[in-house]
Amino acid sequence: MDAKRVETISARVDAAVSSPDSVEDELELSAVRHRPEGLEQLEAQTRFSRKELQILYRGFKNECPSGVVNEDTFKDIYAQFFPQGDASTYAHFLFNAFDTDHNGSVSFEDFVMGLSILLRGTVQEKLNWAFNLYDINKDGYITKEEMLDIMKAIYDMMGKCTYPVLKEETPRQHVEIFFQKMDKNKDGVVTIDEFIDCCQNDENIMRSMHLFENVI
Amino acid sequence: MAAGVAAWLPFARAAAIGWMPVANLPMPVAPTEKNKRQDELIILNVSGRRFQTWRNTLDRYPDTLLGSSEKEFFYNEETKEYFFDRDPDVFRSVLNFYRTGKLHYPRYECISSYDEELAFFGIIPEIIGDCCYEEYKDRKRENAERLMDDQEDNKDSKLPNMTFRETMWRAFENPHTSTMALVFYYVTGFFIAISVITNVVETVPCGSAPNQKEVPCGERYTVAFFCMDTACVMIFTVEYLMRLFAAPSRYRFMRSVMSIIDVVAILPYYIGLVMTDNEDVSGAFVTLRVFRVFRIFKFSRHSQGLRILGYTLKSCASELGFLLFSLTMAIIIFATVMFYAEKGSSSSKFTSIPASFWYTIVTMTTLGYGDMVPKTIAGKIFGSICSLSGVLVIALPVPVIVSNFSRIYHQNQRADKRRAQKVQKARLARIRISKTGSSSAFLHSKRNGLFNEALELTQLPYKMNFSDQSSIEEEQRLSKSTSLLESQHHHLLHCLEKTTNHEFVDEQCYQQSYLEAGLQTYPSRSPSLSSQDGVTGTCCTRRSKKRHTPLPNASAQAHMHPLTHPHAHQQGLQELSTIHIQPLSTSRSSLNMRVDEPAPLNCQSGQITTAIISIPTPPATTPEGDAHPPAGPAHQNVVKVSAL
Repeated sequence: MDAKRVETISARVDAAVSSPDSVEDELELSAVRHRPEGLEQLEAQTRFSRKELQILYRGFKNECPSGVVNEDTFKDIYAQFFPQGDASTYAHFLFNAFDTDHNGSVSFEDFVMGLSILLRGTVQEKLNWAFNLYDINKDGYITKEEMLDIMKAIYDMMGKCTYPVLKEETPRQHVEIFFQKMDKNKDGVVTIDEFIDCCQNDENIMRSMHLFENVI
Repeated sequence: MAAGVAAWLPFARAAAIGWMPVANLPMPVAPTEKNKRQDELIILNVSGRRFQTWRNTLDRYPDTLLGSSEKEFFYNEETKEYFFDRDPDVFRSVLNFYRTGKLHYPRYECISSYDEELAFFGIIPEIIGDCCYEEYKDRKRENAERLMDDQEDNKDSKLPNMTFRETMWRAFENPHTSTMALVFYYVTGFFIAISVITNVVETVPCGSAPNQKEVPCGERYTVAFFCMDTACVMIFTVEYLMRLFAAPSRYRFMRSVMSIIDVVAILPYYIGLVMTDNEDVSGAFVTLRVFRVFRIFKFSRHSQGLRILGYTLKSCASELGFLLFSLTMAIIIFATVMFYAEKGSSSSKFTSIPASFWYTIVTMTTLGYGDMVPKTIAGKIFGSICSLSGVLVIALPVPVIVSNFSRIYHQNQRADKRRAQKVQKARLARIRISKTGSSSAFLHSKRNGLFNEALELTQLPYKMNFSDQSSIEEEQRLSKSTSLLESQHHHLLHCLEKTTNHEFVDEQCYQQSYLEAGLQTYPSRSPSLSSQDGVTGTCCTRRSKKRHTPLPNASAQAHMHPLTHPHAHQQGLQELSTIHIQPLSTSRSSLNMRVDEPAPLNCQSGQITTAIISIPTPPATTPEGDAHPPAGPAHQNVVKVSAL
């Protein structure tokens, strides 16, 4: 999946040569435009129909006229949905999960591939995606620290005004419960197989996987 | 929720799958789109000019005319378009707001017509983007000032119930208000003029007796002048005392510049009365008479221009200071040079450097009296350099002062730009409230959402007992209560609550529960009723008791939640809801009809209560939600409020 990068101006070359200047960096980012693959290719790669892709792209392009989302924009957008809390940490993890080629920006292809998995994928694929989200350093294991970070990020989104009052150790307790459930061999990490196994045996989780299927 | 990112809501909901493996509780049911329409182009015909846009674009802002069902009133069946008989030029800005999320104010547009169009389409002007907001506010203020000026010209009537003191003060400040004030104004002006002329004429030498030297008139007609002076001072004293009496704040009046001028104008006379004709102090007494000339400054009460000039000089102080400083530097330099240049020549008038100051000043200001002239060649050279540079040094700061004056003059016109700070705060407060409105909207509609859920759960058995017709009506009525976007957003927040096992509450309830948390430890969350009851009781019934108003719909809720709180708990929220959500009351009253049947309810009650009780929701009694509904949830009558 190779996207074409069109219209980077020579300022980029200059910026590479001269000392990095914040103005020039901004210039480069604003001049970068990104055109996605053709509709047919995306149709083949994702499970969306042509019309759905059209709708998705229109919305995407409206918010990000340059064709890519960088992390700050992503955080801003995500924060709008959670006015009471601080969604930036979780948005950061989400961004990393969507930015599969780790180039610091989410293009339309990344966006649509992620959505295709989340909305139209099999349960296996969804669980895989979730595991990828939790595994911050992408080493194939979820450690307690990683899970704690994720949990804190999720609780941060709730904000301050919650009922009952959020305590310091609530995320930690939640992580403990999670590990008790998931970590079968008690080795302190959760592997992908343990994760998928455990989730498939849990009715709640299975049911909730199908929750958002009619989103588009 | 900023509807500009409505396009990203599906993404945010999809990403919520990331929470699922972590959650321990079952997730709420997602809102389904009952009438899912394909996105279609709609035509907006504004006075003949046709605009086309997607329906979804307009749906982004559900609390405006175009985003809500209010536009159906303008639907034209024959041509299948929405016809608005409004200005198409302004409509461009309005439509661009939907497209880009930013409202711009076109500069060529008249401010009042723009305001009218915004009000018609239900858009609050505070959303105008930063790029255009200042211009908009300036124009609005000018317009308001113009209206105020017009009003003031027309308004000549005395305000009722003004005390005598207030009337007097008003007469002093605005001489146009009554004829007495005008008479007083002219009389004082006349006497000021008389006094000044007297002072001047006093010193003119009148005809003299042949054997005496010429004497000034003052000494010749001492008595006459003394009488004139006394009369003037008496008038001024009376005026000053009257102003002092009428002033609303005497202390402030006494400190003001005008009153100081008054005092200084009349003081020499009284001091002269008090002092005897002592030889020693008569010199000082003469000096004191100089202060009588300050009476001329009393004219500044009569002339607005003088006041502005005085104020300008005061605020140009730094520029004037710079001018003075640079002149002083140049004078010292040139005086020194001239002194040393002329030192050699005999009978030179340049006896010392300070003596040369006079020459330098006269030369630099191109006066050139000629009482001091250089005689040596060097002196002449430096003298010419001095006069040339004098022109430059004086000419340079003057335009700065002039431009300063013009700037201050215009600033004076818009003196309330200082109030812009407060306006900005108010504007930010309104935008913030519209944003927090979204969170309070969620807390609001949690109740509604629960109704929807409960009703969905009860749909199936009802379908067995009642005709399909009524149940479909029911669905339609309920589904129209919140926009789909809002309900999806609320479902997302609901999922987060379930994942973390905590709830969103408003500020007040949080404060209370925070305080209580210090006193008692909560039991762990479980769907047991008793613990929930007790816990929420402490938090919220206290407040809801204050708001105890009997409402017809409360009974419906009581039926629905037989095992949770009594009415008082629900009524707090219910009252709030009925204030804002009138159309919903119809659906709720129909619930009344339904709920009258105890039998089906009881057999389903287990299901209902589990769905509801497991979320002990404190009523979302946000005062902000009360006072500022316009940016809140997408309810019908909210549109009316914002359109006003």
